Amino acid sequence: MMPNLLFGDNQFFGINHMSEEKARAQALQFQDIKEVFKTLDAAYDEGIKTFMCTTHDRVEEICDHVRANPDRYHDYAFYPCMPYAHKYANAATEEGVIGAIKKFAPESGAWSAAVRSGVSLVGKDISGITRLLIDAEMQMFKGLRTPVVFLQNVVVDLLLGLGMTEPFAVFSDHVRTKYNAEPGFITMNLPLLLGVLDDLKIENPIVCSNINKLGFRMCGGVGAYQEALQGRRFRAIAMSVFASGAIPPSEAISWVCAQPNVEAIVFGASSRSNIRSTKGLVDQFWKGGNPVLA
Amino acid sequence: MVRLALVGLGKMGLSHLSIVRAHPQVNLVGVCDPSKFMLELLGKNAGLETFTDLETMIKRARPEAIIVATPSRFHGEIVRVALERGIHVFCEKPFCLDWKESADLAEFAEQKGLVNQVGYHYRFVAAFQEVKRLLEANAIGTVTHVLAEAYGPVVLRPAGSSWRTQKSEGGGCLYDYAAHPINLLNWYFGMPERVGGTVIKKIFSRDTDDEVYGTVFFEDGPSAQISVNWSDESYRKMSVKLSITGTAGRIIADRQECKVYLRDGTRPATGYSKGWNVRYTTELTEPVWFYVRGEEYSLQIDYFVKAIVSGSRENVNSFAAAAQTDQMMSMMREDAQGMVTAPLASPAVQQRKRPLFGRLEEGGLVRNDAKFAFWR
Repeated sequence: MMPNLLFGDNQFFGINHMSEEKARAQALQFQDIKEVFKTLDAAYDEGIKTFMCTTHDRVEEICDHVRANPDRYHDYAFYPCMPYAHKYANAATEEGVIGAIKKFAPESGAWSAAVRSGVSLVGKDISGITRLLIDAEMQMFKGLRTPVVFLQNVVVDLLLGLGMTEPFAVFSDHVRTKYNAEPGFITMNLPLLLGVLDDLKIENPIVCSNINKLGFRMCGGVGAYQEALQGRRFRAIAMSVFASGAIPPSEAISWVCAQPNVEAIVFGASSRSNIRSTKGLVDQFWKGGNPVLA
Repeated sequence: MVRLALVGLGKMGLSHLSIVRAHPQVNLVGVCDPSKFMLELLGKNAGLETFTDLETMIKRARPEAIIVATPSRFHGEIVRVALERGIHVFCEKPFCLDWKESADLAEFAEQKGLVNQVGYHYRFVAAFQEVKRLLEANAIGTVTHVLAEAYGPVVLRPAGSSWRTQKSEGGGCLYDYAAHPINLLNWYFGMPERVGGTVIKKIFSRDTDDEVYGTVFFEDGPSAQISVNWSDESYRKMSVKLSITGTAGRIIADRQECKVYLRDGTRPATGYSKGWNVRYTTELTEPVWFYVRGEEYSLQIDYFVKAIVSGSRENVNSFAAAAQTDQMMSMMREDAQGMVTAPLASPAVQQRKRPLFGRLEEGGLVRNDAKFAFWR
């Protein structure tokens, strides 16, 4: 069972979809990693013990901190979301697409062998590349609990559009077998993705997508999302429930909690008071902390 | 259904490919790239018809429309081949490295009555569209000055080996980054009559520029300063920002928001009131059918496809519009080499600082025909 509130990480890395100024203010606030720890502790002490985070370089420091304090964080869980796309995008501008893949795949024997035998071999073995990249991204979480591992929306949606969906199945299998974790998918195109995951026989998948009253970045429209929530078999996580602050908190949470079959909400906050008020709203609208199951 | 093909499977090509394949009115009939790696990957795993040769693709796949996302150096010739065959063209930015070629192709496309569009996606960003609307409504009075900025963390160390790090291939901060705010200036104010004080410098790159600064002057219009740096680690990703000063107010816009200060509230057409107003992307942005990396990327492709389907020839980001941007970049490059020296310097010193061949080399386009042959 997934907890119904997950703590997100956008605020720690200067990501805000509404304002660059706000993003910069947050980057300043969290420049010192101790401030990040403090906020994670505040969430933890409010009972939010799952951190859904990208594989940003700074998350490694958080991992080190949690590993170093096993007593404090014995029941702490990470939900890694891979990859942190900007590091690949910037590398692709600098080194080209293939150069970027090479740069981030580990210097393992398998990769070196693939390079030695020529790129066309790699072209035929997409599952090999996918597994190598997953392993590279998972390294920082060694020894930590990672019950769910997500593929980020940029990659999910890029592959979804390309019609190159085999990596979803490879990701799913690899995450299950090697990391004993549930695979998760983040997307801005929920209805479309669910159809593809069905075709791949990935059953009852965990899928995280924007679910907000405004319909912000919900491709296919609010109606199609509501139909999917009502009629399809998957485990929904709602993100961007406040649409980056465009919807007042109480209105936002009450709307999301009224949607059927949402299993969890992921949210970010920079202060203990905001964490507490979101938690309070969720407790209020999801009676007893349980989602309204239709 | 539009029969569409794509040339060039780099970063932008893959992104466009994902968007067009998800478009309900597109039938993707072929992709073309010299990289065997990419072709095998997509041929095998995405079931695409792949080609290493443009002519063969056109002959066999018979596209009505084409997306060109090759290194910039190849744009001109590929676009010409497509237009000659009566194919509608969406080309990545910058359009052509020689603005005269851009202008020729613009005229050619118009003559042929073909849809022509260049990938300046910021014209599809809701906040910048809102700026256009406000300027047309004369919301901030007469615009006197604009600061047009772009920063981001692309080249942060002396390394890199893609075409984007080669000036001769159309790489560099001017073509890759500065082109965007320059294109927005063209959209709002047209072509400047002159440029001045241009600085185009390297920071880390060996073969191209990393920062671009300069002033442009629009006839009977505002002055504008351009400040662009793609070696700035303090930015998480590319950030384009315009600050527009007018006699009746001010606009500050980036991808996320449009902030407007109005000195008085007597301009009802705008829907804004006296003092500060903010419109966020969350309220301005129209929904898209498919999202990969920003609504604007989906919207520009959708616009291109719909123009073909509807027969509309109201091109947004037309070749002619992109030719303005190419010309303005060329003006800045020339200006950067023609800096006025101190009055006490001897003519000999001035001569050394401004070699004739240097200028020709900078302004001209040297085509490597051996490499180019790849695409034909």
